[in-house]
Amino acid sequence: MKLRYLTLTAVAFFSAFPLYYSVVVASRHNSALAEVPPPLLPGGNFFANVARVFDTVPFGLALVNSVVVAGSISIAVMFFSTLAGFAFAKLRFRGKNVMLVITVATMMVPAQLGIIPLYMLMVKLEWTGTNYALIVPALVNAFGVFFMTQYLTRALPNELLEAGRVDGCSTWGLFWHVVLPTARPAAAVLGMLTFMSAWNDYFWPLVVLTPDNPTVQVALSTLASGYVNDYVLGLAGTAIGTLPLVAVFALFGKQIIGGIMQGAVKG
Amino acid sequence: MSTLPLAVSRRRRRGVRHTLDMRVSPYAYVAPFFLLFCAFGLFPLLFTAWVSLHEWTLLSETQEFIGAANYTTLLADGYFWNATFNTLSIGVLSTVPQLALAIWLAHLLNRRLRFQTLFRVALLLPNVTSVVAVVVIFSQLFGRDFGMINWILSWFGAGNIDWAAGTATSHIALSVMIMWRWTGYNALIFLAAMQAVPRELYEAATLDGASNFTQLRRITIPMIRPTMIFVVIVSTIGAMQIIAEPLLFGQSSGGGGGVATGGPDRQFQTLALFVYEQGFANSTFDFGYASAASWLMFVAVVIVAGINFLITRKVKGGLV
Repeated sequence: MKLRYLTLTAVAFFSAFPLYYSVVVASRHNSALAEVPPPLLPGGNFFANVARVFDTVPFGLALVNSVVVAGSISIAVMFFSTLAGFAFAKLRFRGKNVMLVITVATMMVPAQLGIIPLYMLMVKLEWTGTNYALIVPALVNAFGVFFMTQYLTRALPNELLEAGRVDGCSTWGLFWHVVLPTARPAAAVLGMLTFMSAWNDYFWPLVVLTPDNPTVQVALSTLASGYVNDYVLGLAGTAIGTLPLVAVFALFGKQIIGGIMQGAVKG
Repeated sequence: MSTLPLAVSRRRRRGVRHTLDMRVSPYAYVAPFFLLFCAFGLFPLLFTAWVSLHEWTLLSETQEFIGAANYTTLLADGYFWNATFNTLSIGVLSTVPQLALAIWLAHLLNRRLRFQTLFRVALLLPNVTSVVAVVVIFSQLFGRDFGMINWILSWFGAGNIDWAAGTATSHIALSVMIMWRWTGYNALIFLAAMQAVPRELYEAATLDGASNFTQLRRITIPMIRPTMIFVVIVSTIGAMQIIAEPLLFGQSSGGGGGVATGGPDRQFQTLALFVYEQGFANSTFDFGYASAASWLMFVAVVIVAGINFLITRKVKGGLV
């Protein structure tokens, strides 16, 4: 019993320590890196380093871009996933089961391998360098549809839908007045999960955006790949680009984890 | 009297609209997902095969059909095989210990426990951290001269290891980053499956004197096999496509080499990074060649995932 707590505490420590240490380094001067033993407490240089981040890369623009991109993707994913989840969970139509199986199967498609034609498509649409290239392909995804299907099957009583029908609701009316209010808690979790993954997305934005109009992650990688390896600068950027998300996660951790585990059970 | 036909037709019209609503709405509601997937998922993947049969660059106006020439060049390209080896090596090094550790952690969490939520949040913390942040942080920790890991290893008499420079050491460093980010996530997925295993099984086993480890091996693992198969396959597909970690590690470890070569000696260039180098980071922007590599990678992903599926399905144990 003691051993279990000890092990889990050790694992929790190793999970959190690199993040903590990055803040320590980010709040010091580059010379602190050469100290033996390495410094373990934050210094007083954090805001000066953050100011250097804003001087080196267009970080304000990056923050705006990331908020716009991750925000629009989350809202769209919540909406379209709930819509499709409603159809899969509660409506009758031919081919439903096959379509649901296909939806789940698409989660296993290694879509990254199609990155070259996807890029060519963006060139054709003249979306390279713009946020459209990030937002439009991500408006809805299989995980979200599956997640909402699972939830609505369980949480939406058929009687409620029947009552709505008797009152003369169209399918759209049912969705608007009955389904959406019921779906809210699960949709909120889905929204947070989507926001986090969109915020953290790196490779596709790197390919399709330019350094002068970056997202946060692209700006961070520009910082980190500077000619001179300025670790303090890189870690200061990392801290302001990552920590808000970590803080939100720590706050809503219980709900988010519940969501991940629920989506997983029948995977 | 003249109002009657009008009323009927209005009612009929409403009836038609109702039927239309019932028949068509469901398809309309699921359509956005399928349309989007076809346009931005399926089409690019299939079109990759078409591009791979051409002499096709970003800058050229016309594309010449060259049959399988890209593939024959590729199979004779030492850099391609080097990348294949690196992908498999990093894949095994990061996935096998990760999943074993994840199952064990889930097993530890699958009891009544104080601070349950706190432990879970801590476990998932690395997964919320972006891949850029992970590599930047760990490049510092793995630094040759002033990195904390070398400092700790020096207590045991190790010299200053240049982690990014060697093949084995760079693979280990990258695997540690990948494991750090994904172990907790997979542990929670396993935990979700474990919570569905009936408690009585464990109680009976405890009465029979089965040790903790025996219970894990003989009850838990067989009972969560569907989830294990799922996680193994998803992890395999993920591991075969690793790109951001080696790309960023090459840039922030300061070892030199090209933007996307995975170190000066290509010691940690993965297949996905090779594709990126040929298509985007190379002065030739050779889309045809990169597409051929993509397509071979796709075949490799399917083969490796299939093999792992068969292995995982065979994992024995059983309750009898």
